[in-house]
Amino acid sequence: MATAAEHRTARAGADGTADEAARTAAYEAVFDAAVAADDRIEPRDWMPDAYRSTLVRQIAQHAHSEIIGMQPEANWITRAPSLRRKAILMAKVQDEAGHGLYLYSAAETLGTSRDELLDKLHTGRQKYSSIFNYPTLTWADVGAIGWLVDGAAITNQVPLCRCSYGPYARAMVRICKEESFHQRQGYELLLTLSRGTPEQHEMAQDAVNRWWWPSLMMFGPPDDESAHSAQSMAWKIKRHSNDELRQRFVDICVPQAESLGLTLPDPELKWNEERGHHDFGAIDWTEFREVLKGNGPCNEQRITQRRRAHDEGAWVREAAAAYAGKHAAGNGEARA
Amino acid sequence: MTVTAGSAAALALGDDALVLSHRLGEWAGNAPVLEEEVALANIALDLLGQARVLLSMAGDEDELAYLREERAFRNLQLVEQPNGDFAHTIARQLYFSTYQRLLYTELAAEDGEFAPLAAKAVKEVAYHQDHAEQWTLRLGDGTAESHERMRRAGEALWRFTGEMFQPVEGVNVNWEDLETSWLESVSAVLRRATLDVPEGPRSGAWAAGAGRQGLHTESFGRMLAEMQHLHRSHPGASW
Repeated sequence: MATAAEHRTARAGADGTADEAARTAAYEAVFDAAVAADDRIEPRDWMPDAYRSTLVRQIAQHAHSEIIGMQPEANWITRAPSLRRKAILMAKVQDEAGHGLYLYSAAETLGTSRDELLDKLHTGRQKYSSIFNYPTLTWADVGAIGWLVDGAAITNQVPLCRCSYGPYARAMVRICKEESFHQRQGYELLLTLSRGTPEQHEMAQDAVNRWWWPSLMMFGPPDDESAHSAQSMAWKIKRHSNDELRQRFVDICVPQAESLGLTLPDPELKWNEERGHHDFGAIDWTEFREVLKGNGPCNEQRITQRRRAHDEGAWVREAAAAYAGKHAAGNGEARA
Repeated sequence: MTVTAGSAAALALGDDALVLSHRLGEWAGNAPVLEEEVALANIALDLLGQARVLLSMAGDEDELAYLREERAFRNLQLVEQPNGDFAHTIARQLYFSTYQRLLYTELAAEDGEFAPLAAKAVKEVAYHQDHAEQWTLRLGDGTAESHERMRRAGEALWRFTGEMFQPVEGVNVNWEDLETSWLESVSAVLRRATLDVPEGPRSGAWAAGAGRQGLHTESFGRMLAEMQHLHRSHPGASW
């Protein structure tokens, strides 16, 4: 395996090459060898422009999803039915803000800034996960999000802990630990409801019915329609295809649903002995594309709230900057 | 539900923490900067943790939080005040966390039933007070707009600060000394933030001690309706 030091030595060798094109080719060879050897690419290493921009897009979208994803759950903080559940939910929403911060930091190592990325989110030039455009209509939705949405996120993200870009991979290690914890809490919430009163059981089943298909859509379009997949896999940003991960998720969820005492809303779902996997029904890709285009149930509401929070907070950020200007290090506390 | 002097005190302090935690929870997803999403949720969680310990000293935490009517809550009117803009939230935090820090420092030092809780909570509220102080400085001594907003917020909430020093039965501290220390501490922060110490009365005709007697302001009933609705819709259910 190529070490980071070897990677840099090889790059220094390339620096000695006079011709621009030859130098780029040499850099590219070093980069390709590092990726092939499962070496980690670090912020100061040379990387193809397209690799950089793909990562910025993916990490930013991931960060935006954490931030927008606070909204559907925060929707229930003030109505959580017990103080214990309220504490768990508040801690979870706080973790999501923290994950957003890690991820914006990881994106910044690629030469962009949090302000720039937030601006792209607010103006619709960068996306967030389609799942957060669905509403949380009952308390059980908090459990369904934990179990299914966080479960799908983990299935997607665990392989990213081995992603070729070091800062992203390291952020994912930290995030996955917390996400797994949230997922278990969501499962436990649903289990309590499922075993509770008939009304609570029905609430849990209804939530699973509404969140199941959108959760399967979180893995993205089918492999034959996924624009970025092949390149991302060659670069080892992605490790598995959308359909592989989706299948893995379905196989994990079926026995979990059984132990929850809940059903999954898919009449075609059944074990296929030959494949060693569960077969499942067709996803409504028209709905998926509509949600991506901005026509989901909550797209408008989510982005409006995010913009409003940002705009209404402008005077606070300006105040902090003005204060920092007046009290620059060394003269602030002393003068006060 | 029998209420002894000890549990009456636990209710008063527990309700303060519960209600302020709820108000801070309303900020989730709405803060001016991501770091404040984390900070406000962090403070809300600390307060909720304190509330759970205190309410459990007085009875069942969920029964007390979800099944009492407005007139049975014993929290200060200050903590139930709506969030308003960020300056109102910070002014409320400055006034309350300074009070809580002084009170819990006293409680931690004596031998009473609140000492173990206070000893743990005083570390949390020291952070809350520092957070409020740092923001008061930044807003007061930031831009002309932030200065004006912080001034208005500080004045608007000033009338609710007198009730903090109405003695709570079962809490053995010197309330007059506490009030003197509070005024000194808050005044010093306001002055450093280039703000005048408000001159208006610190309590209205019946605001002093009113929250402690279950007399609340109008927004509180609405807050409770939201907080309690789901729990009350499923009597006897576990969550």
